[in-house]
Amino acid sequence: MKKNKSLLLSGPYIAWMVIFTLIPLCVVLFYALTDVDTGAFSFGNIENLVLYLPAFWRSILYSVVSALICLVIGYPVAYYMAHCRPTAQRFLYMLVMLPMCMSFLLRTLAWVGLLQDTGIINNFLEMLGLPRLSLIRTPGAVILGMVYNYLPYMILPLYAIIVKIDNRLIEAAEDLGCNSIQVFARVVLPLSMPGILSGVTMVFVPAVSTFYISNKLGSTDIVLIGDIIERQFKQGDNANMGAALSLLLMVLVFVCTGIMNRFGSDEEGGVLV
Amino acid sequence: MSKELIRLQDLVMEFNGERILDGINLYFNDHEFLTLLGPSGCGKTTTLRIIGGFLTPTSGRVLFDGKCINDVPPYERQINTVFQRYALFPHLDVYDNIAFGLKVAKLPKAEVHERVHQILEVVGLQGFEHRKIDSLSGGQQQRVAIARALVNRPKVLLLDEPLAALDLRLRKDMQNELKRIQQAMGITFIYVTHDQEEALSMSDTVVVMDKGRIQQIGKPEDIYNEPKNAFVADFIGESNILDGVMLADYKVKFFGRTFKCLDAGFEPNEPVDVVIRPEDIDFVAPEEGHLVGTVTAVTFKGLNYDIIVDFKGFKWLIQTTDFQPVGASVGIRLNPEDIHIMHKSEYSGMFGDYSSYSAEYDELTEDAGDEEE
Ligand SMILES: Nc1ncnc2c1ncn2[C@@H]1O[C@H](COP(=O)(O)OP(=O)(O)O)[C@@H](O)[C@H]1O
Ligand SMILES: [Mg+2]
Repeated sequence: MKKNKSLLLSGPYIAWMVIFTLIPLCVVLFYALTDVDTGAFSFGNIENLVLYLPAFWRSILYSVVSALICLVIGYPVAYYMAHCRPTAQRFLYMLVMLPMCMSFLLRTLAWVGLLQDTGIINNFLEMLGLPRLSLIRTPGAVILGMVYNYLPYMILPLYAIIVKIDNRLIEAAEDLGCNSIQVFARVVLPLSMPGILSGVTMVFVPAVSTFYISNKLGSTDIVLIGDIIERQFKQGDNANMGAALSLLLMVLVFVCTGIMNRFGSDEEGGVLV
Repeated sequence: MSKELIRLQDLVMEFNGERILDGINLYFNDHEFLTLLGPSGCGKTTTLRIIGGFLTPTSGRVLFDGKCINDVPPYERQINTVFQRYALFPHLDVYDNIAFGLKVAKLPKAEVHERVHQILEVVGLQGFEHRKIDSLSGGQQQRVAIARALVNRPKVLLLDEPLAALDLRLRKDMQNELKRIQQAMGITFIYVTHDQEEALSMSDTVVVMDKGRIQQIGKPEDIYNEPKNAFVADFIGESNILDGVMLADYKVKFFGRTFKCLDAGFEPNEPVDVVIRPEDIDFVAPEEGHLVGTVTAVTFKGLNYDIIVDFKGFKWLIQTTDFQPVGASVGIRLNPEDIHIMHKSEYSGMFGDYSSYSAEYDELTEDAGDEEE
């Protein structure tokens, strides 16, 4: 009876999962394991993944660097937010959320407008009589784009964790001889760990599979795995290779969140995704 | 004589213009067990937080060994605190919680190890080193909190209602334990509680507070036997408080009769509050009594009966093992040592009247219920 009821309640979700997650996954798997020309079963696509390893490494590198920069920028912001008065907290929360309300494409295009050789920054520099800089189509521009787009995903989980840290624990640490730096290192930072882990995960996962940012802000030799997958589907007409690449990417993301979760369960709580 | 360790001078604390502490003057001796006792909201925690350095008083000074420590941050004070709800570090196990202060002080590993194990023995938690905090019971967490503070061998330990969350039985055990630890380690304890029994049974000195002011300071016996005003008399145990007039030294008049008493030094004919403790009153036959009244309620309390007796419309609480049925006519005799005289105060007339006994009784049972929490 009880079992039936819960099955009934979770039915729609299960149906949704099957139709829009499980079946597509199987399709991806099917494509990845069939030959593009003959349609026969083959490991060819999987073997060819080796060709794309440099792009994989680049994606990982760029997203790890972005996640770390987000952490360095985001932590103080989240910490500050958590220690504001409640009204200020709500306002800052809104402020952090605000860019997320705007289209991702628009936000990235705006950076193109700012950074390009005849863009706003360079025009401004020229007005001041300074030489123009080549800002766009650099690794820095790609990372800037990633940090800008994914920073809220770092700040919000961090804030959610830090704001819950009991002030009496901080007083207890002071009581036991900690100055403010020691309080931070011995109590605040360890207790923020779940927030750090989920923030890093939430920046890393979308960043590692991004294609639009690198496409618009990167140079032609900064090709990320997301770009390659897009090209396989839209230009290269090799959906089978694209499927294999997606599969690898998915495995990568799973492994990363798995590692993060392992970390998390050693500490408090686990990752909040 | 033990020497003075901490002194509070004219402490005033205001929050948003509201005066929470109103001129606290108090000193604490080395090795003393001193208790701040008062109802919830009277400013006990605030006082403790000022001593611990977590609050800066609006005005007044805190002296430690004669030096003003108003501007000394908590981490530089030789004071440790057992917080109201323990505040143990959830990310550390029992060992690391207790070792926290020692590690911050960068003591050698071997010494940290030795001292942690020593203190675990003192609080009876051997073998719990690697337990997670949230796997401990309330009583065990309490012990960890005490150990975490004591292991640093502070000169002063501040304890903010450390036993309030424990059940009655455990609380009694821990009271004895704390007293034993305090005596064994020779540390000054500043203990905060709203439980008068706890305060009386553990302390060398009790400080009764109300509304941000000290009402009385003294040894437990003195506080009980010689309350300074109606508030103290009522807060510490049960009291019948009557209006009286001090005719002369050792002579007080109430209920239209003159009684001998042991108090002196009042103005002639000064109006006073007269305290008579319920357990000091014995029944006699009506014809032998100074006063004669009628029993209106009887409650069995285990050790004794709580009997309400109506004397000319004024109801007294009498605690006795001598059962009297409702409606019985009883006499009482008052000996000089049963009568305690107090100056009139702002609290006069607010306490010590048992005419609304049933309501009072409800309050009492409610209190008892709170304690069980
Ligand atoms: N930080 C604060 N801001 C405003 N009011 C406070 C603050 N801390 C305590 N109070 C007020 O001071 C009074 C005394 O509090 P407290 O010292 O905690 O009492 P107790 O420990 O005796 O129960 C209470 O009325 C409380 O509301
Ligand atoms: Mg309190």
